[in-house]
Amino acid sequence: MAANYNPFQGARGSMWRSYALIAPLFLFLMGTFLLPIGMIGWRSVADPEMRAALPATAAILSNWDGRGLPAAAAEAALVQDLKNVDRPRLASLSRRLSYEDPGFRALLQSTRRQVDAGATGALKTFNVKWAENATWQAMKRAAGPVGAYHILSAVDLKQNYETGIGPSRPDGALYRSILLRTFTIALTTSLITLMLAFPLCAFLLRQTPRVHNILLLFVLLPFWTSILVRTTAWLALLQDRGVINTLLMDLGLIDSPLKLLYNRLGVIIAMVHVMLPFMIFPLLGSMRSIDPRIYRAALSLGAHPFYAFRRVYIPQVMPGMMAGMLMVFVVTLGFYITPMLVGGPADQMISYYIALFTTSTLNWGLASSLGLILLSLTLLLYGLQSVFVRGGVGAR
Amino acid sequence: MLKKSGILIAALMVGAVPLTQAAARDLVIVSNGGTFQEAQHNAIFAPFAKKTGKTVVEDTWENGIGVLRTKVEAGDSGWDIVIAESEELQIACQEGLLLPLDFSKLGGEENYVPGAVSECGVGAAIYNHVLAYDKSKISAPPSWADFFDLAKYPGKRALRQSPKTSLEFALMADGVAPADVYKVLATPEGVDRAFAKLDTIKPSLVFWSSGGQPMQLLASGEVVMTSSFNGRVTNAINKDKKPFGIVWNQSLQTVDSWVILKTSPNADAAYDLLKFAGEPEPQSHLPEVQPIGITSAKAFDLIDPTLRADLPTAPENAKNVLKINDAFWIDNIDALTARWAEWSAQ
Repeated sequence: MAANYNPFQGARGSMWRSYALIAPLFLFLMGTFLLPIGMIGWRSVADPEMRAALPATAAILSNWDGRGLPAAAAEAALVQDLKNVDRPRLASLSRRLSYEDPGFRALLQSTRRQVDAGATGALKTFNVKWAENATWQAMKRAAGPVGAYHILSAVDLKQNYETGIGPSRPDGALYRSILLRTFTIALTTSLITLMLAFPLCAFLLRQTPRVHNILLLFVLLPFWTSILVRTTAWLALLQDRGVINTLLMDLGLIDSPLKLLYNRLGVIIAMVHVMLPFMIFPLLGSMRSIDPRIYRAALSLGAHPFYAFRRVYIPQVMPGMMAGMLMVFVVTLGFYITPMLVGGPADQMISYYIALFTTSTLNWGLASSLGLILLSLTLLLYGLQSVFVRGGVGAR
Repeated sequence: MLKKSGILIAALMVGAVPLTQAAARDLVIVSNGGTFQEAQHNAIFAPFAKKTGKTVVEDTWENGIGVLRTKVEAGDSGWDIVIAESEELQIACQEGLLLPLDFSKLGGEENYVPGAVSECGVGAAIYNHVLAYDKSKISAPPSWADFFDLAKYPGKRALRQSPKTSLEFALMADGVAPADVYKVLATPEGVDRAFAKLDTIKPSLVFWSSGGQPMQLLASGEVVMTSSFNGRVTNAINKDKKPFGIVWNQSLQTVDSWVILKTSPNADAAYDLLKFAGEPEPQSHLPEVQPIGITSAKAFDLIDPTLRADLPTAPENAKNVLKINDAFWIDNIDALTARWAEWSAQ
């Protein structure tokens, strides 16, 4: 027995026990957070369709430099691959290549029919598209098994092997402008909620505890109500014959209804309302912890009230303001249902397009890439913000 | 030792459960829930169970090719017959997720209306994207050309937030015959033409995303005309007594189909049910809960005459109708969705 004595047994045992205690949380985080994000990351770079359908062609095109036309071996491999490929795989590949050119399905299918019918000779005699560099480049971009095609598409870029990386569409940057729009809406919402929440919190703190709690309930009640319900309520308020327009017209203040719905204004109004509690609570917490005597001391030392407010009061509530801003900003970035119901097509945010590509057009590579870009930019901003706040605190 | 045998027994039981399940699993049919499935339950599932003595288990889903892929990926996962939208049917069939159907086991192709027969699916419900209007503001039924005529009928209009259906309507409004719409839309000039037509009423356009919105927009007076699913309009007129009108001329038609998953262990029972579902008598009861266009070629005369006028398959409604071309949209949805997003953001 004595030979087996291990002085660390007890300690190790308790260590394992504490690991066991956090194991459920760890597994939960793995399953619901890390794994899905990993999948999104993988899907945004995976390009498996071509490898699965036309393996020999994909291998040859991976080694081709993308200039001019590939060697005759590529054509021979394509003919052989087309003879062997089964229908499901060819369908998946047609779908993948239709992201670049809707004509690919017809091209692949007609070529396959001719190959099956025993036609021989150069592919360009089957279809002139096989004599075009663009056709082969599109296939090279899809050659996989991983590639940057989806990620580049999500920022409106495309790799051209002859001219380098350039714009993917001639008429401008679509997804970049949608990203910019998403960030603009989120920033506007956070600034407006701050401007509304600040005086409200200051007011709340001056009330007796009883009044304070009653007023706080008015903040909490909508917070406990579903976002969908609150957004739909705004529909009833803001529409052409809604409460606000009817009231203003009955009072004779306006002749025709104001455009409050299906535009940016409606989106901002509804989002500010939804997000206000997320600003109020951190701000209230940080204002409550401030000793009011410091501000009064500044005044008694001769500071102008505005100067004291700016240099003494604001720096003290800064952590609360920043926490609230960040919370509102990050939550707003992912908004989907509110812009969909009260916004117009020019107000749809990035999550609308992610959902559209996931469920409707089934372009999962593009959807994952947009999600990944949104996540990276959010993390970047979060990092910048924490550096800024730390710097701000250190400077004092 | 006792512990070990316990584990062994547990392992055997775990292993045995799927086996017995696979051998004796009841037939599972999956539809979209709501009044739609209620209609199917009353007309088809319940009478079939009663007639054959078999149990029919119902489930619901909200569509999506991803769900079908997952269901088939790992072998039988508990679904046999599923209702699929037309594009899902095409894609899933090409990807080999579905059983190619033998129509001789379903009463023959001639038993069905033409659009209801396809390689892997048999039509379950026909419905149309129609033009709906507010009769209190517009006296005569408008056409799609009128929809784009702000001088004739002032006021806002609503379209679906999607290039699909909107581009077809724009071209028909611009004078393209329904039969030529997809020929025109397949050319870059045709796409430009459709967007140019949409440009003419862009400031007066409102867009809807979910099927309930068009009737809400019309009821609140926000718009005077809108595109909508026909069932929603008929329900608004008949059940909510709204003063709305429905225009069938130049509407766009689509078919939801029953499919059998490739992994179904109950294929024979599934064929039995689908054969029954295609018979005229059960089909004639489908429109009693909701105006579902029926797919049996012989059932129309059996339907309650008061319900016939509201159906997409009524002869007077089906005169000048365009079937949505799924193959076109599968190939073009990415390019046209991007173009649509750009256009709508300008």
